[in-house]
Amino acid sequence: MIDSIFHYEFLQNAFASGLIIGFIAPLLGVFIVVRRLSLIADALSHVTLAGIAGSLYLSQSVGALALLNPLYLGIVASVTGSLFIERLRRLYKHYEELAIPIIMSAGLGFGAIFISLAEGFSSDLFSYLFGSVSAVSRQDLWIIIGIALIVIVFLSLFFKELFVLSFDEEYAKASGLPAKWIHVLFMIVTALVIAGSMRIVGILLVSSLMTLPVAAAMRISKSFKQAILLSVIFGELSVIVGLVSAFYLDLAPGGTIVVTSIIILLLTIFSKKIGSKGAVSG
Amino acid sequence: MGSPLINLHNISYQYEQTKALIDINLTIAEGDFLAIIGPNGSGKSTLLKIILGLLKPTSGEVLLFGKPVNQFKEKERIGYVSQKSNSFNTGFPATVTEVVRSGLVKKTGLFHRYPANVNKQVRQALKSVGMDEYSMKNIGDLSGGQQQRVFIARALISNPNVLILDEPTVGVDSKNVKSFYNMLSHLNREHNITIVLVTHDVDAVSKSISHVACLNQRIHFHGFKNEMDQMSDEQLEAWYGHAVRKVDHQSEVKS
Repeated sequence: MIDSIFHYEFLQNAFASGLIIGFIAPLLGVFIVVRRLSLIADALSHVTLAGIAGSLYLSQSVGALALLNPLYLGIVASVTGSLFIERLRRLYKHYEELAIPIIMSAGLGFGAIFISLAEGFSSDLFSYLFGSVSAVSRQDLWIIIGIALIVIVFLSLFFKELFVLSFDEEYAKASGLPAKWIHVLFMIVTALVIAGSMRIVGILLVSSLMTLPVAAAMRISKSFKQAILLSVIFGELSVIVGLVSAFYLDLAPGGTIVVTSIIILLLTIFSKKIGSKGAVSG
Repeated sequence: MGSPLINLHNISYQYEQTKALIDINLTIAEGDFLAIIGPNGSGKSTLLKIILGLLKPTSGEVLLFGKPVNQFKEKERIGYVSQKSNSFNTGFPATVTEVVRSGLVKKTGLFHRYPANVNKQVRQALKSVGMDEYSMKNIGDLSGGQQQRVFIARALISNPNVLILDEPTVGVDSKNVKSFYNMLSHLNREHNITIVLVTHDVDAVSKSISHVACLNQRIHFHGFKNEMDQMSDEQLEAWYGHAVRKVDHQSEVKS
């Protein structure tokens, strides 16, 4: 495997992208989970599907766009979707969660239309849905590096504000933080990470890399710092084990990554049970 | 009487058709320990939100430290402790230290890191609410009363002149309510912090409070606590809308 990585560019792309995604998705995911926005990540991934499918259709039908990387339209769709969700959440103040099914079905609806226009499922589309070890191009990798830089800059600038906003929104507003703007930026960055992650994990499973490692970390962490650290470790572990097994067993990496993170989650739940029993008897 | 810190002039507030507050005039002076009491739905929380600048009054003017609320930039001078029950989720993975530290967020400013001596400040703030032994505990593992103290420490860390508390004793064990008020009283007297709290519970008004404002859309009474003690039960009832009883916390502690 190590040998192959040195030999094949596609493996280098997949592993480099995977390691980056395994870092930024759970990192941002900690804030998504504690702010109870997990389902929004899911909705956004479906919107990204519409953008990807639209781009695949355009590249078939418009000659000039044949070489357009579908990631770009995916990013546009995802960011637009995140802004729409915010608008809808404000419109339906008392039914904020209604924004999620609206955006999710809009994304799937447009996606279905573009997929059928593009004459059905191609293997390319399959790789977008469930991830791929072989389909990540050098250009995809550069886009993912760009997104990662944005995430790191964003989080290092707004870390303490995001903590306050996540812990206690009312307090954040009362202390005079520009809560609304930070939230909008947060949603845009989330949309970028979703669009970037889907090359590896696939659209349908992208939100799991933002939530499952965090769910596991929250079971056993004592502080916020520890929750972040463990989330990233679990995320990287899932990506590495998932990608290696996907490569050897010829499976979609989305599946192997998610199943790995489920196993980690179960182990943390199990270990906590044993731990607390031990504490009682000891 | 100290200099006025918070002035409300003819404040009214209307939610669609309903009048929540009518013509409120209230001055809170330095060193006051004021309890705003009123039944549920009397507009207490609305009034606090207007003072904090979270809601814009339909008419009237709010002055904080002599400045109109929308021009007042030193928000860290006013520490706010929100109603615990609806503003934070107990499963949040954070230590007491992390929570208290976050009280410096505004003072530190955007794009800056917390100051180097932040841990010392956290310890001091926790000490002043008697929680210094709990600094490494998970916030969700504490009792309601302990959490409330941590939130007060979070407000205190930026050295505010005023502390505003929304229903601070909700979720606090009745046995601990007295020591909770004693702690507030200590902050008021020893640290010279002006305290404003709202509560629906007339019983909760303890001896440590200096001033009382009775609110039910309008302010029905505002004055020294001992003046309120002279009010007849009929007067109290007329304002509160139903029978209430006064309990003297000095002579008994409810079990």
